[in-house]
Amino acid sequence: MAHLRPYPASDKHMTPLDFPGARVEDWQQKGVEKLGEMLQKYRSLQVYMDICVKCGACADKCHYYLGTGDPNNMPVQRAELLRGVYRRYFTPAGKLFPKLVRATEFDETTLQKWFTYFHQCSQCRRCSVFCPYGIDTAEISMAAREIMDAIGVGHKYTTEIVGKVHSIGNNLGIPGPALTGTLQFLEDDLLDTTGHEIRLPLDQEGADVLLITPSADFFSEPHISSLMGYAKVFHQAGISYTFSSYASEAANFGMFIGSYAQKQKIAKRIADKARDLRVKRIVVGECGHAWRVAYSFWNTLNGPFDFLDPNYPVPQHICEFTHQLNERGALVFDKEANDDLTVTFHDSCNVARASRMGASSGGQFEIPRALIRATANKFVEMDADTIRERTFCCGGGGGLLTDELMDLRVRGAMPRVTALKRVMEEDGVNYVALICAICKAQFNKILPMYGIPMETVGGVHALVNNAIQIGAKRGIV
Amino acid sequence: MLALIAYLALLTFIFGFGWRIWTYWRAPAPLKIPTTPAPVCKSGVVWRMFTEVAFFNSLFKGNKWTWLGGYLFHAALALVLIRHLRYFVQPLPEAFAYIQTVGIIAGLAMVGGLGFLLVRRFWVARTRYISSFADYAILALLLAIGVTGLLMQYVFRPDIVEIKSAMLGWVTFQGFPTPSDALFVVHFLLVLALMFVFPFSKLMHLGGIFFSPTRNQVDNPRERKHVNPWAVVE
Ligand code: SF4
Ligand code: SF4
Ligand code: SF4
Repeated sequence: MAHLRPYPASDKHMTPLDFPGARVEDWQQKGVEKLGEMLQKYRSLQVYMDICVKCGACADKCHYYLGTGDPNNMPVQRAELLRGVYRRYFTPAGKLFPKLVRATEFDETTLQKWFTYFHQCSQCRRCSVFCPYGIDTAEISMAAREIMDAIGVGHKYTTEIVGKVHSIGNNLGIPGPALTGTLQFLEDDLLDTTGHEIRLPLDQEGADVLLITPSADFFSEPHISSLMGYAKVFHQAGISYTFSSYASEAANFGMFIGSYAQKQKIAKRIADKARDLRVKRIVVGECGHAWRVAYSFWNTLNGPFDFLDPNYPVPQHICEFTHQLNERGALVFDKEANDDLTVTFHDSCNVARASRMGASSGGQFEIPRALIRATANKFVEMDADTIRERTFCCGGGGGLLTDELMDLRVRGAMPRVTALKRVMEEDGVNYVALICAICKAQFNKILPMYGIPMETVGGVHALVNNAIQIGAKRGIV
Repeated sequence: MLALIAYLALLTFIFGFGWRIWTYWRAPAPLKIPTTPAPVCKSGVVWRMFTEVAFFNSLFKGNKWTWLGGYLFHAALALVLIRHLRYFVQPLPEAFAYIQTVGIIAGLAMVGGLGFLLVRRFWVARTRYISSFADYAILALLLAIGVTGLLMQYVFRPDIVEIKSAMLGWVTFQGFPTPSDALFVVHFLLVLALMFVFPFSKLMHLGGIFFSPTRNQVDNPRERKHVNPWAVVE
């Protein structure tokens, strides 16, 4: 089947990330050694290699399994691809009776399967919700990808993107001058449409907030409407903020390739810049995995952030930020502005199953919904089995958002699209609100293939952008 | 001969289990990875763990039938094990009188649950696909233990006094003579086999679950810096 397998990375993608440029000579031995090393470094991996009882509860939970019907896409079976190797080289049973416990050599066949199936996992963690032991296949996919990178077998798309972040500063490879131009253009546009001078400042030292957003927000539709939404919120609240040309990317593909070192290096740009610009707070825009990395890992990777204002959580999600301002009465929304829309919300996996917003558990579900309800009159939930922690991935996460994997993306989107179609038919839904740049890009491309118009997709802050009343009330600081 | 095997099994179990736990213990959890929504405080985590261990919460969400079979088996097994303490404790506390009947009924439930799980493993194409010889073997072994136990309970009653003194001798490392009842010896041998494989098999989920970072971590990475011991950088 075409487009179910990623393109291999070449020398020019791999070496800038300190990975071998081509498959190393003694790759089998090196791979097994790397696995051994990782078992000692990651408790999750060690425990998850041992304790799966193969109950099968996770089997039908993966959207790629549901979409492709390929048994290797059952989370348990995907993990078995690595476990087989683990058993063969690291357990007495696998060394003595490989057949009986299904232990496998780390040979060419196994490697090819790894390359295929560990790049058919969007690391969405849906399987981990239903597993009696919380076995997180995302952790296992990440580990397998790191092992492959260590022996010079990389995935072109993800490694290329990480390279761009290091050399240019963001995933899309937008250079500083282009960024300046775009922001200028958007400011003019905002002035034309609203009659107000709404700023989108770049590299402004001493601003209160450093806003870090996925670079797609600067250049792609429908992402830009959310960007304008953020700008209006800051404007209306009277809080100074800035983007950074050096740290112009929130996304962190280091997570997708499982590399701790890369994750750390990519995140460091942001911590460094926040210090340089002497901001008091960091706010993260609408991006699922970016938020996971920021929320869960920044403090570990680059903390402590003791130079920031301790009155605010570090970092803060833009939804948290806007929601809080709204609660304090700093914003005025005209809900009727969104009356042509009947809205549903897609919980993006990395937000839903790997992060939080607000102070209490589950705030990541409530806050975006509260924001939607504050900005639109018509809101409908999709089937309960497909929202909140049970949400289905859009099909493009985990570094799979590439045309190389188009067939997989279409099939992986199927469970989400099915639930969406239902509310479109039954409740007249015509807008899916999102807080993930990858989800937006994925749906934008995939929904039309299912007969759903592209315009159905948009950010939560695009709703804010429509509804917010500029100048309606003085903002508070 | 039996005594030798029995001691080997007991020691393998104790040290093997300890060794696996030590492996989990010493591996660091470099990053915060709880599956959310997760508790934001320690007591919440204890509660989450308790519901997982006592009620198999996540499995219930995952698959009702598997939950039913699995829960029946595990709950019954727990009761059976408690009842079996009567063969290892001297003098016997009074409370044991009350769980006698419950324990015996649990024996039936346990075999029923196991049978269900085995049939399901064969029957459902998905689980058949993921099952290896070892998966069937462990179920079969547990079933055989259960069935021999039930046979002793309902059909061929062995000499309990003789068995109890042997068992007491075994677990206190004072040596023991092989009991005369053949059915018991078979039952005992099967249990020893289970003890041998336990630390090297998926049965380690018994200890491993407590080390699962997605379940045992507090969701508070913004409030408290979580330190990765192998990447302390400046
Ligand atoms: S639900 Fe967990 S234990 Fe069951 S098969 Fe899946 S990964 Fe293994
Ligand atoms: S993490 Fe998501 S994509 Fe990966 S195996 Fe689990 S359910 Fe499937
Ligand atoms: S792209 Fe969106 S839906 Fe897909 S894994 Fe990421 S957060 Fe989940």
